Amino acid sequence: MKAKETENKTGISHWIDERLPVFTFINHNLRDYPTPKNLNYFWNFGSLAGVTLVIMIVTGILLAMQYTANTEMAFDSVERIMRDVNNGWLLRYIHMNGASMFFIIVYIHMFRGLYYGSYKYPREILWMLGVVILLLMMATAFMGYVLPWGQMSFWGATVITNLFSAFPVIGDYIVTFLWGGFSVDNPTLTRFFVLHYLLPFAIVGVVALHLVALHQFGSNNPTGIDVKSDGDTIPFHPYYTVKDYLGLGVYLIVFAFLVFFAPNFLGHPDNYIPANPLQTPAHIVPEWYFLPFYAILRAVPDKLLGVLLMFAAVMVLFFLPWLDKHKIRSANFRPFYKQFYWLFFINCIVLGWVGAMPAEGIYVLISRVATLYYFGFFLIIMPFLSKFEKTTDLPSSISAAVISEKFDNKEPSSSESYVK
Amino acid sequence: MSEKDLKDKDLSDSVDEEKRDFLFITTAGLAVAGGAVTAFSLIDTMNPAKDVLALSTTEVDLAPIEEGQSLTVMWRGKPIFIRHRTSEEIRTANDASVNELKHMASDESRVKNPKWLVVVGVCTHLGCVPLGQKVGDNKGEFGGWFCPCHGSHYDTSGRIRKGPAPLNLEVPPYDFVSDEIIKIG
Repeated sequence: MKAKETENKTGISHWIDERLPVFTFINHNLRDYPTPKNLNYFWNFGSLAGVTLVIMIVTGILLAMQYTANTEMAFDSVERIMRDVNNGWLLRYIHMNGASMFFIIVYIHMFRGLYYGSYKYPREILWMLGVVILLLMMATAFMGYVLPWGQMSFWGATVITNLFSAFPVIGDYIVTFLWGGFSVDNPTLTRFFVLHYLLPFAIVGVVALHLVALHQFGSNNPTGIDVKSDGDTIPFHPYYTVKDYLGLGVYLIVFAFLVFFAPNFLGHPDNYIPANPLQTPAHIVPEWYFLPFYAILRAVPDKLLGVLLMFAAVMVLFFLPWLDKHKIRSANFRPFYKQFYWLFFINCIVLGWVGAMPAEGIYVLISRVATLYYFGFFLIIMPFLSKFEKTTDLPSSISAAVISEKFDNKEPSSSESYVK
Repeated sequence: MSEKDLKDKDLSDSVDEEKRDFLFITTAGLAVAGGAVTAFSLIDTMNPAKDVLALSTTEVDLAPIEEGQSLTVMWRGKPIFIRHRTSEEIRTANDASVNELKHMASDESRVKNPKWLVVVGVCTHLGCVPLGQKVGDNKGEFGGWFCPCHGSHYDTSGRIRKGPAPLNLEVPPYDFVSDEIIKIG
């Protein structure tokens, strides 16, 4: 390392670095950056989310060059992208499925944080910035889905904007304001297009803050124990660059499979019918990534309460660091939390599933029970466990945990070639 | 096997440099190739789309154009000047001494049928549309076209004779489909 530093004292990079420390910055944050040495593959999802954001912005800019934000022309302009623009089908399918991949990645990223207690002291703001990113993503994804101006676009926009009409007195004014008229129409489409283009750059800004907050204390790790000595860390490069790179390769294979072999698997066929303000599709559902929240909305028989509960389902995440005040971060050492956590995970899948089902009969009951557990997990179980849960024995350090896992609990296998 | 064994082992012995180089080069090579293909596909979306290319031929019926008259048609978003030249105009075009021209070209080389001159109506200086198509337009000192932007004069063969333009008016690719119909592009 020393040799490298002296070597850099001359030359153009040093001249620039002295005036604008970009190389020092890169070195500090992507190269030498000390990272816990026991991170597992769940720690890949942050970088994957970053890559997905870049993919979405690049394809989005290129799509915007071909798209026309006008109710008369939007649907046809999208069809023109599919048929006439060179590789336009590829561009649109990457962007369309990229939205789904983005949510898969971010949801796994969040469940990771939830399992390993990454939202606890001193990473509260890091977590809250993440929730802000999620909210921005939801708004961006929703408005993007409106742009092709198909049946699902139109009626999705109508239903979601009408959520605001639930508020007493001001509700109708808010909705008229959002629409820029008295129904979802051209003014709505043009403003949604502008905001859909604008918000991703806001996301980039919040991501930057998210990274600043992350690098303040460094990554959490599977044991949830703080880094205690240099022996607990390894430099980011090459160890985690190569790990992220492998993860990226696997991710892109999955992404590419979706784009090339099942591009419309996650979409809804009704969105290939041009928007018709006179006819609502028989079975209207949001995109899959909104289904759990949609299920919570429909679980409640009262309009205002349903809407409030749905917003609360996201907002409750902001308060996570104060709802779970248990000192131990990682669920690996919290036998009870671990079980409730997995139940919560399954519960979210159930919510997503009932969200796609018609709102009648047994599905209503299931959605109510699942909604109850969703909020019960955050508001009752978490504070309760914070007080009473006894933990299993913690390892004394990250290194100790790694050594004991490698040499005590298991027979060392011949495949561990680094000690050949 | 314990932690101590791991520390005692000199790891540098076990590093296979050749294998590392191979892995590094193949990995980086594949990433660069994949990135290049992806980048090309994405950038290619900005090239003219199929519906744009479909507009790149235009058929024109010449029959209604009387001698001395001109017609302007659109081809690829640009004006095409078609002039049914009088014998006087053909003669002055041929009279000009090719060697003294700024952009040397004989009138023969610029027409398929001397009666019909077909040129792209875009000044080769900075892209304005020259005057001279309509009755009463200023046709410049050489009876062809005059560009009002920076004062370029074109003759009855569409050749630059005076002014800042460097080249003659471009002759687009065209064919006579029949005696009185041309297909441009």
